[in-house]
Amino acid sequence: MTTNVYDKLIFELSSPGRVAWSLPEMDVPEGDARKLLPEKHVRKDAPALPEVSEFDIVRHYSRLSRMNYGLDTHFYPLGSCTMKYNPKLNEDMARLAGFARLHPLAAEALAQGALQVMHELAQDLAEIAGMDAVSLQPAAGAQGELAGVLMIRAYHLSRGEKRTKVLVPDSAHGTNPASTAIAGYEVVEVKSLPNGEVDLDVLTRTLDTDVAAFMITVPNTLGMFEPRIVEITELCHASGVQVYMDGANLNAILGITRPGDLGFDVCHFNLHKTFTTPHGGGGPGAGPVGVKAHLEPFLPVPVVTKDGDAYALDWKRPSSIGKLQAFWGNFGMLVRAYTYIRTMGPDGLRSVSDNAILNANYIMKRLETDYDVAVPGPCMHECVLSARRQKKLGITATDIAKRLLDLGFYAPSTYFPLIVEEALMIEPTETEAKETLDQFCDAMIQIAREAETNPAVIHDAPVTTPVRRLDQTKAAREPNLRWTRRA
Amino acid sequence: MASRYIANTPEEQRRMLGVIGAASLEELLVKIPTKARLARPLGLTPALAETDLIRHLKALAARNADADSHVCFMGAGSYDHYVPSPINHLISRGEFFTAYTPYQPEASQGTLRTIYEYQTMIAELTGMDVANASIYDGASSLAEAALMAHAVTDRSEIVLSRGVHPLYKRVTATYCEGPGVRLRDVGAPDGVTDLAAAKKLVGAKTAALVVQTPNFYGCLEDVAAAAEVAHAAGALLVVVADPVNLGVLEGPGKLGADIVVGEGQGLGVPISFGGPNLGVFAAKNELVRRMPGRLVGATVDRDGHRGFVLTLQTREQHIRRAKATSNICTNVALCALVATIYLAMLGRRGLVRVGELSTAKAHYASERLARVPGVSLRFAAPFFKEFALKLPKPPERVVARLARQGFLAGVPLKTFERSLGDCLLVAVTEKRTKAEIDAFTAALEKAVA
Repeated sequence: MTTNVYDKLIFELSSPGRVAWSLPEMDVPEGDARKLLPEKHVRKDAPALPEVSEFDIVRHYSRLSRMNYGLDTHFYPLGSCTMKYNPKLNEDMARLAGFARLHPLAAEALAQGALQVMHELAQDLAEIAGMDAVSLQPAAGAQGELAGVLMIRAYHLSRGEKRTKVLVPDSAHGTNPASTAIAGYEVVEVKSLPNGEVDLDVLTRTLDTDVAAFMITVPNTLGMFEPRIVEITELCHASGVQVYMDGANLNAILGITRPGDLGFDVCHFNLHKTFTTPHGGGGPGAGPVGVKAHLEPFLPVPVVTKDGDAYALDWKRPSSIGKLQAFWGNFGMLVRAYTYIRTMGPDGLRSVSDNAILNANYIMKRLETDYDVAVPGPCMHECVLSARRQKKLGITATDIAKRLLDLGFYAPSTYFPLIVEEALMIEPTETEAKETLDQFCDAMIQIAREAETNPAVIHDAPVTTPVRRLDQTKAAREPNLRWTRRA
Repeated sequence: MASRYIANTPEEQRRMLGVIGAASLEELLVKIPTKARLARPLGLTPALAETDLIRHLKALAARNADADSHVCFMGAGSYDHYVPSPINHLISRGEFFTAYTPYQPEASQGTLRTIYEYQTMIAELTGMDVANASIYDGASSLAEAALMAHAVTDRSEIVLSRGVHPLYKRVTATYCEGPGVRLRDVGAPDGVTDLAAAKKLVGAKTAALVVQTPNFYGCLEDVAAAAEVAHAAGALLVVVADPVNLGVLEGPGKLGADIVVGEGQGLGVPISFGGPNLGVFAAKNELVRRMPGRLVGATVDRDGHRGFVLTLQTREQHIRRAKATSNICTNVALCALVATIYLAMLGRRGLVRVGELSTAKAHYASERLARVPGVSLRFAAPFFKEFALKLPKPPERVVARLARQGFLAGVPLKTFERSLGDCLLVAVTEKRTKAEIDAFTAALEKAVA
């Protein structure tokens, strides 16, 4: 219950004079450092940061961590986010001094090992996706999307075509329209069929010479493979339209099918999903982007190249869309993904998708009598349920999510995709064992029964978490975005 | 062969398929057209056992000249600052490390509380009202600030000082391409922004003036004077600042900045070949509803207890889609956690000490190095922890030679600014000792002789 829960912020532990740092002595004769700087640049008062001991720090942040559900401690079936086990070996490798302590502007000759990792990872991702070239620079999926759409834009402009629109299905992730808008395009939302598939009639009517690209997620956000995907990409190409694949769901198709072979011109990868880099409470991720040969000239600079045994950063690419972050990509994440791919090998990666699909179908089957499924199976790596039946009893998808927290599980994604009423999007991933899936399904079935017999226990939920349901309206109406000492 | 990252045994797979009512795994793939299937295994290196893989990666890591095996005087946006030991231990706790975006706040109070602490600390350091939960890196933070200034002012030009990191400028240009925002340069011929020239360039079309302090050359900019120039034309002032310096340097918000962005890598984040980094983003209160990225706010739960949630989400892509203030979703939350623990550890006095040590050691180094025959300071303007040296020999060759003697000598400026082809940018943090600086000076003297 919520009594005796830790409720401190670090500022509230502060005691003037405590220190948690150990810094070297001033060993140069310069004396008062502040006298070296013109007064107008110097801070008047020391910043109001906490004064605590090292052990205060360790205990405070350890306690805060225990107020989280994480993948290491809880099943985390957050759909579309591929919350799979993050191997510990990846962490050891990313922390090797030769990687973690390498300066980004080290001369190429002094960074050959790092450049080799990047070059090989880009090649591996290109093979996995059936693409001709990959840039590792984007910092996350959304930045990969922006890079991809900008490359499409540059491609059309290079051919003297000023196309103005990008098509995005109504079932798409929010980043798709947002990234497209930043790239300067008008976003045209395309209505999907009720089963989440692309409506080819609508698509045919919408495609014209003003359309630069069609952006879709495969498998789609209902967890289904788009059965007519090859027709779709061919239809687009016939109108000169480039096809972009949102790679958020790549975990479903490793070694089974490849975006490039399906006709896609661009796709991004979420290394923090399919390739096991940790989610970190919201990032960092990494969002490499792969392209077909005709888009290669437009890749972000620099591109890692190999000449004989020597690796280099190639900046001389006049058609490039430019840069997306200051340096070369989220390198620490790249080392982790590289370690994972080398751990799994081709057969292991294929087995990843097979088991991710098996686990999702198992959950879908076990829950199909107590919940409505959005689309009949088999599904790919995730399944979408609707709580519309429970809603008639006054229980929403949010209520179910909160009750799951009490039963020891993190919640699925809720209310996404937008085209499914009371959506619950469940992605178990291949790393979960059958008994965990069974426990989760038992909990979901229990909640469905409670909706009929004891809805109060659901409405009250959660009661085992550090806080109970929170007042979102108050948070938005009276924004309190930083701590201040109470008067 | 079984994988240690997949639990299902063949027997369990059979039982699960039995429940599903499928005869084989293959039967679950019926919706994928045969012609779309990959008919061969992926052409990847076969799986490696853990011990073999460690050997392979250690060999690759050993080919890099890192800041442990060498004495690092490199900066230019990535600095070798002190990282207290508890940080890595605490962020590695699975409850932080393996959680995601706190969509279920009741089960994510740990993450939400640390972000709230982070926002408070960044707002305090930058002298601004509010800070967001992070952007990818300093460069993409600046790009987001440019787009935000464009949206807030409905003006379509951004005037950037040549003292702004050239790579940040390239990222900003990429982001400004689609919306058609024009970037204009104002010079910094003496190492600091030519504000008289800026005054002529900044006008009715200018959404924002951008300066960086200390700037790319390490020199301190007159932020208050830049603010006057920007505000006189109704433009915003965007300041790029490194938060690790703000224990000693005044928060740009106190000097008139409307938006402060910067690279927070110095706050405990490993240099890691340039990423992941930490994009800091802070603004004035009146701009909060136009800010990019996530914000955490305090509220109460059903029982009246204090709690924290993601708030003002109607700015964000998952709600507003094409009309969102930014496309950012995944950010760099873990790096923000690193910075939070770092700032809590260094605290009120430690961060000041970091700044004092860095600036004193940098000034000592500059004095020693400028006494080497043929070597001089390129700019006379006041600097903080980094400075440009003019060398009598090509900096690239000097760097290569000094690397063999165990020094990462600095960053040659030729690739950034052709006119500074004879210059080396040298950074000195609190970690450098007098002995290291003296040895570096001696080695440089031989290298340029």
